[in-house]
Amino acid sequence: MNLSFTSPFKTTKLGFAAFVVSSLFFSPLAYAAGGGDAPDIKRQNWSFSGFFGKYDKAQLQRGFGVYNEVCSSCHGLKLLSYRNLAEKGGPEFSKEQALAIAQEATVIDGVDDEGEPKERSGKLSDHFVSPFKNEAAARSANNGAYPPDLSVMAKARTYHRHVPWYTEPYYWLYDIATGYEEKGVDYLYALLTGYKKPPRGLALNEGMSYNAVFPGHQIAMSAPLSDEAVEYADGTPTTIDQHARDVSAFLAWTAEPHLNARKDMGKRVMIYLVILALLLYLAKRSVWAREKH
Amino acid sequence: MSDHSSSYEPSNGFTRWLDERLPIIRLMHGQFIDFPTPRNLNYLWTFGAILTFCLMLQIITGIILAMHFVPHGLHAFASVEHIMRNVNWGDLIRYTHAVGASMFFLAAYIHMFRGLYYGSYKSPREILWILGVMIILCMIMTAFMGYSLVWGQMSFWAVTVITNLFTAIPVVGESITQWIWGGYSVGDPTLNRLLSLHYLFPFIIAALVGLHIWALHVVGSNNPTGVEAKTPKDSVSFFPFYVIKDGFAVIVFALLFAWFVFYAPNYLGHSDNFIEANPLQTPPHIVPEWYFLPFYAILRAIPDKLFGVIAMVAAICVLFVIPWLDTSKVRSTRYRPLYKPFFWLFVITCLALGYLGAKAPEGYYLLASRLFTAYYFIHFLVVMPIIGLIETPKQLPDSIAETVLGDASEAEKA
Amino acid sequence: MSSDNNDENRRDFLMVAAGSFAAVGGACALWPLVDQMNPDASAKALATVEVDLSPIKDGQAITIMWRGKPVFIRKRTADEIKEAKDVDVADLPDPQADGDRVKNDEWLVLVGICTHLGCIPSGQKTGENNGEYGGWFCPCHGSHYDTSGRIRKGPAPRNLEVPPYAFVTDTKIKIG
Repeated sequence: MNLSFTSPFKTTKLGFAAFVVSSLFFSPLAYAAGGGDAPDIKRQNWSFSGFFGKYDKAQLQRGFGVYNEVCSSCHGLKLLSYRNLAEKGGPEFSKEQALAIAQEATVIDGVDDEGEPKERSGKLSDHFVSPFKNEAAARSANNGAYPPDLSVMAKARTYHRHVPWYTEPYYWLYDIATGYEEKGVDYLYALLTGYKKPPRGLALNEGMSYNAVFPGHQIAMSAPLSDEAVEYADGTPTTIDQHARDVSAFLAWTAEPHLNARKDMGKRVMIYLVILALLLYLAKRSVWAREKH
Repeated sequence: MSDHSSSYEPSNGFTRWLDERLPIIRLMHGQFIDFPTPRNLNYLWTFGAILTFCLMLQIITGIILAMHFVPHGLHAFASVEHIMRNVNWGDLIRYTHAVGASMFFLAAYIHMFRGLYYGSYKSPREILWILGVMIILCMIMTAFMGYSLVWGQMSFWAVTVITNLFTAIPVVGESITQWIWGGYSVGDPTLNRLLSLHYLFPFIIAALVGLHIWALHVVGSNNPTGVEAKTPKDSVSFFPFYVIKDGFAVIVFALLFAWFVFYAPNYLGHSDNFIEANPLQTPPHIVPEWYFLPFYAILRAIPDKLFGVIAMVAAICVLFVIPWLDTSKVRSTRYRPLYKPFFWLFVITCLALGYLGAKAPEGYYLLASRLFTAYYFIHFLVVMPIIGLIETPKQLPDSIAETVLGDASEAEKA
Repeated sequence: MSSDNNDENRRDFLMVAAGSFAAVGGACALWPLVDQMNPDASAKALATVEVDLSPIKDGQAITIMWRGKPVFIRKRTADEIKEAKDVDVADLPDPQADGDRVKNDEWLVLVGICTHLGCIPSGQKTGENNGEYGGWFCPCHGSHYDTSGRIRKGPAPRNLEVPPYAFVTDTKIKIG
C-alpha cells in the first residue's frame, strides 16, 4: 500500500475538510428516529439555539406562567432565586412583579424563642421554595414517585439519534458547527407532547401513564398539559404544543440563565481572535520571508 | 545544561547586578530567544506552546474555581451552580476550565502522535519521551479527579467504578480501596481529598513540563526529516521565528477553544452529570469523558476484571518503553514506506477504540473492541520491533539545510 | 537594500501591531479573573435589608444583621433625644450634631461595631452596662458612647457609624 502524503498534517487537514464539505450534503434537521422502540424526538427550532440565539423574553414569561400554575405544585427550582426573574437575559419581569411572586412563597428563616422554625414571606434574595420539604415527603405525596427538581433539567437530559454508525461523525461535526446544545430541551418538549394512548396489548402498571418518549414508556406523571391549561396575557394560542414549547424554553433558561450574555460575548471574542490570528499570520509570514523554510 | 551560551549582554546597571547574582535573564535569553531550532519545523511542532498555554489557563481558572467551590457532598453540586449563576463571570470561568480539559487532551494527543510519526522518542530523546508519558499520566489523573468534583451522577459513579478496580489487586486490593475512599464506599472524605489532590497535581505537571523542556533543550528539537541539525545553516533562532509561529498557532487553537466555550460548552460533557449524585441509583450507561474512551474500551474488551485493569494500565505503560521497542535506524516515518501504513492503522485503532468506548460492550462493538485492542498492543510489541529490522528506508537527506535550501521540489516538503 | 529596509519596517510594524492587539485582548481577559473575587450576585442581593419598626417600643433597642455586621436600632425616649441634642458639639472628640446622625429623632440606626478595634459594644438590652452617657459601652477597652452613638470617653476615635438607610414607610426602613 503506497500512501504518499506530503505530510500527516496536510492529510488530516484534507480529511477534515472532506468531512465538513460532505456534511453540507446532509440535512440532519429532517431526520426522524427509526421504528421499533426508538422514541420520536426531533430537533426543534428554538430562538436561543445556535450562533445568533437568544431567549425570547415573552416566551420565557409565558413559560414561567405554565411552570407556576402547572408544575410548581410538585417540581421545585431550588437553584434559582426569585430575583433571577427580574434579571437581564431572562423573563425580565419587573422587580415588583418578581417581588410579588416571591411573596407568594413562605420561607423558613431562623427559629423563634422556643426553638421552633420561624416563617416569613419570600424575598427577592430567597431561593425558590420547593413544594415538598424533602424527598420522602415528595414521594409520599406522589405514590412513591419523586418529582425531580427542574432547575437544570434541560441540561440533565438528552436523546440518541438512531443513525448508521459511519454517519455519526458527520452529526458530531454538524452539532458542533451549529452549536446544538438543545438536545435536553428537545427531549422535554417531546416528553410533554408525547402522552398518547398506550398501544394495544400493553398493560400499564398502576398509577402510570403511557408516554412515547419516556424511557420504558411508562411515566408516573400524568399528562400535565392540556389545551387552555394556562391563560396567556399576550394572546398566544394556548394549545398543548404552545404550552410545551414555552415551558421547555423557560426550563432552558433556568438551566442556562446567562446564555444571552455568553453568546454576545462570544461574538466579540471570535471577531477579536480572527483579527488577531490574521495579524499574527501576517507577522509570521513577514518574519519568515527572509529565511528559507 | 548543554552549552547554548546566549549572546545576552546586560544592558544596564541593574541587569548587570542581577546577572552576577541570579542569571535568570541570561537563562531565558539562551533558552527562548537565541536557542537554535531547526528551520523546517511544521505546525505539528507548535503543540508544545499550545499545551503550555492550556496548562497555564487550567491553573488560573482552576485556582479561581477553588475560591468558590465547596468540597462536601451536600454542597458541591450547588456550589458549582452558584459559580455558574452568581459569581461574577463564573459561568465563563467554569466553562473555560471544563472545555479547557478537553482542549488540553486534544493538543496532548496530537503532540504525542507527532512524536510517534517523526520518531521524536528515539535516542537521544528517550528521557524527553518518558517525561512526556509521565505528564500524560498525571494529566489523566488530574482530569479524572476534576470531573469527579462536580458530584453529579457521572462524577460519583465514575469514581465508584474506577476506585473499585483497585479491589482487583489480590490480597491488599480491598484495603487499598478503602484507604482511597476514606470509608467503606465513595463519600464525603473521598470528595474532599479529590479536591486537595486535584489542586496539587497541576503543579507536579508544571514541574514535569520544566524537566521536559530542559531535556528537550539538552539535545535540541527533532524535525520532520528526523535528521539532526548539523550546522548553523540548519537552524534559526527561536525568537522571532518560532515565537511568532507558536503565537499564531496558539490563537488558531484559541479560536476552536472559544467556539466550544461560547457556543457548545456542554457538548463534550455528559448530561447525566447535571443530575445530583445518588449513591442508590446507577446511571444506565456509565461513560467517561471522550479523552478516556480508548482506555475504557480496552478495559472492557478483556472479559476478566483483573486482566482488564492490567490491560488498561499496560496501554499507557507500554508507551514508556517505545524508545527501546522501535528498532528502526531511521527516525521519521516520512522515510519509512513499510512502517507508514502501520502508523496510520495505529491512528485508526486509537480513533476506533475511542468510538467503541462509548458503546455498550456487546455484539459487534465488543468484537471490534477486542480486535482493535489486540492491534494496539501488536503495534508496539510486534510491528515496531520487526518492521525496523526488515524495512528498507528511503534515502535520507544529507541535512535539514539541503531539504530547505536545495531545489524547489525539496523545499515543498514543509 | 532599501527593499530589505522596507521588509524590516514591515516586519517590525506587524510584530508591534500584533503584539499590541494581543496585549489589549490579554488585558481585557484579565478583568474577569480579578472581578470574580468581588461580591457575587447572591451577596449583593443580601446587601439591603428591610426592617419593620412597628414592634419596637419606646426606649427599646433591637439588633439586626446587615452585610454580616450587627446594626443597632433604638427607639429613643424624649429624654434620650434631649440629652443627645443638648451636648456642645465642639466638646466632642468626634464633633457631630445629633441632627446629622438621624433622619427621624425617634429612631437611631447605628452599625454596632466599636470604631476602636471592632468589638460589639454592650447596651442593647436593659440592665446591660451602657456606660456613663446612657448610650453604649465597649467592654474591650472602655469606650463610652452617648444616646446619639457618639464617642465621649475612651480610646475609640470616631462615632459609631450610621449606615445608609431610608424610611420606606413611617414604620419601615431599608438599610443599605
